[in-house]
Amino acid sequence: MCGIAGLIHRRKTGDVGTEMTNMLKSLKHRGPDSTGFALYGQPKGNELVLRFKVAEQEEMSKGFDIHQQVKDRRAEVDKRLKELGAKLIKVEEATEYAFRYRIDFGGDRRKLADYIEDVEGAEILSLGLGLELIKDLGDAARVSGQYKLNGFVGTHAIGHTRMATESDVDIRSAHPYWAYPFADVSVVHNGQLTNYWKGRRALEHRGHRFMSNCDSELIAVYLADKMQQGAKLDDAMRDSISELDGVFTYIVATADSLGMAKDVMAAKPMVLYESDDFIALASEEVAIRSVFPHEIDTWDPYEGEVRVWKAEARA
Amino acid sequence: MAQRSMQMGMHTEKLSGKTQQRFFSPTEEENFLYPDGYDVDFNKRAEFDAGPLSPQEINLKLRELMSQGNGTIVMHNPGAKHSVAVGLLQRLNLHIKGSLGYFGCGLIDGPNITISGRVGWSCAENMLSGRVVIEKNAGSTFGAAIRGGDLVCKGDVGARVGIDQKGGTILIGGRAGAFCGFMMQRGRMIILGDAGMNLGDSMYDGTIYVGGKIAGLGVDAVEGEMTDLEVQWLERKLKMYGLEAPNGAKNLTKIVAGKQLWNYDNLEPSEKKIVL
Repeated sequence: MCGIAGLIHRRKTGDVGTEMTNMLKSLKHRGPDSTGFALYGQPKGNELVLRFKVAEQEEMSKGFDIHQQVKDRRAEVDKRLKELGAKLIKVEEATEYAFRYRIDFGGDRRKLADYIEDVEGAEILSLGLGLELIKDLGDAARVSGQYKLNGFVGTHAIGHTRMATESDVDIRSAHPYWAYPFADVSVVHNGQLTNYWKGRRALEHRGHRFMSNCDSELIAVYLADKMQQGAKLDDAMRDSISELDGVFTYIVATADSLGMAKDVMAAKPMVLYESDDFIALASEEVAIRSVFPHEIDTWDPYEGEVRVWKAEARA
Repeated sequence: MAQRSMQMGMHTEKLSGKTQQRFFSPTEEENFLYPDGYDVDFNKRAEFDAGPLSPQEINLKLRELMSQGNGTIVMHNPGAKHSVAVGLLQRLNLHIKGSLGYFGCGLIDGPNITISGRVGWSCAENMLSGRVVIEKNAGSTFGAAIRGGDLVCKGDVGARVGIDQKGGTILIGGRAGAFCGFMMQRGRMIILGDAGMNLGDSMYDGTIYVGGKIAGLGVDAVEGEMTDLEVQWLERKLKMYGLEAPNGAKNLTKIVAGKQLWNYDNLEPSEKKIVL
């Protein structure tokens, strides 16, 4: 089933960490397997935020000599970052296997991503100026608490509660997906894509990489590919309505925008609240009510609808 | 009453087999009370705050208030919770001040419900009789499989309104999404705004009236001819809920089943092989 949510402060920043945590807590019943957040903080110059993991949560209790392996893998990542000329500004250990690095790096980000992910077990969850992508097994309260997301100040965020239907229950199959190699693009999705393998093969031939077997990853890579070819976000999203097959509602976020798209069957839910200052959207209105407890006017976007909103505070 | 509704073209079905059509009779007691129904007084009124309650507690509270004889109940702060005010099988005036989540007012038979806010997916699913009036918008599958009563949304609704509708009237003041009236079998649907694509797809019977633009008709849905009796009925129905057709009731577009689908022929399976 899955639950998705998004919010954007149009003219100011807010505690998007707490707001998204509350929204996803309200959607817990739609998917208990994993929870993910893509939070957009305020960029600090050209400083990049790198979120990555070097093992799956499940491996930590089952893997042979996994604790030493995790240390070795992380040391290898550090070595490779240094090799490529990245300067570590701040290093934070969110969990034993997931890390947050603030780095100063002016080189080729794709090359950096490819080199890091070449380390066994390593996966970059996000790399961007403002984007911080956090996902793990468990519900919103657990993941938010584990990664200390309450109090995260930013302009916008998207989130996901997952009920695994087509791939494994692990971090690599959890949403959101970072639209590699685009620095600040992330996607959450509710639905099923029926032309996943066909689309994946076509994109792999074009040089894109897939980290999971989850159909939702296709949307992130598809949008990244379109934008790489020069398409604007909303145009890429409109193309996706006809080129992606199946039933889907997805939310995408970029450095300064939040967007949603719904397939022509409108089979997956989405409720939208829109005001001059704030946009909130979610699979169910109860999630929006966790941010706005008072009476508000909401509606369902229609079949084939694409909407994009800008965070003016970032402009 | 049945004769007049027949004259108005409201019952065009040719029923056979196990399918039955029973008409409402005010003299039959069974039409009014279920065995576990409460004896309520409409002049006895109660109010409660649903804010701190779970959906189950809200529904139990409604039953508790009905068991005390309250025939008019006002519910505050429903908070878009799911499955609220469901399974109400008797007469009751229920005023909901706020919005409901999914499956609100489902499986009801008889109550008169007003909702000042919005409703989520599948409002009044399988409604048998009574009246539900929503002041704002509604989600998809609005009035799925309803069998009777009036279901009114004064705002916009999502997709698949009245999917599998088997009776009653669905009235929408604004626009509606795709696949409205999908596999509709009986009853009336009035959409005063625009209707999405595949309107009336695979409908068996029933009638859809549209005031705005139709993005596209579904399989076997065709335009029908409006009669004077229908116009009178539409005008009365709209007036009841303070709504108006954009260009008058007589200019609504009427959509009915073309009845050209395979299930309308009289061929035996062996004959189909020869003919088709």
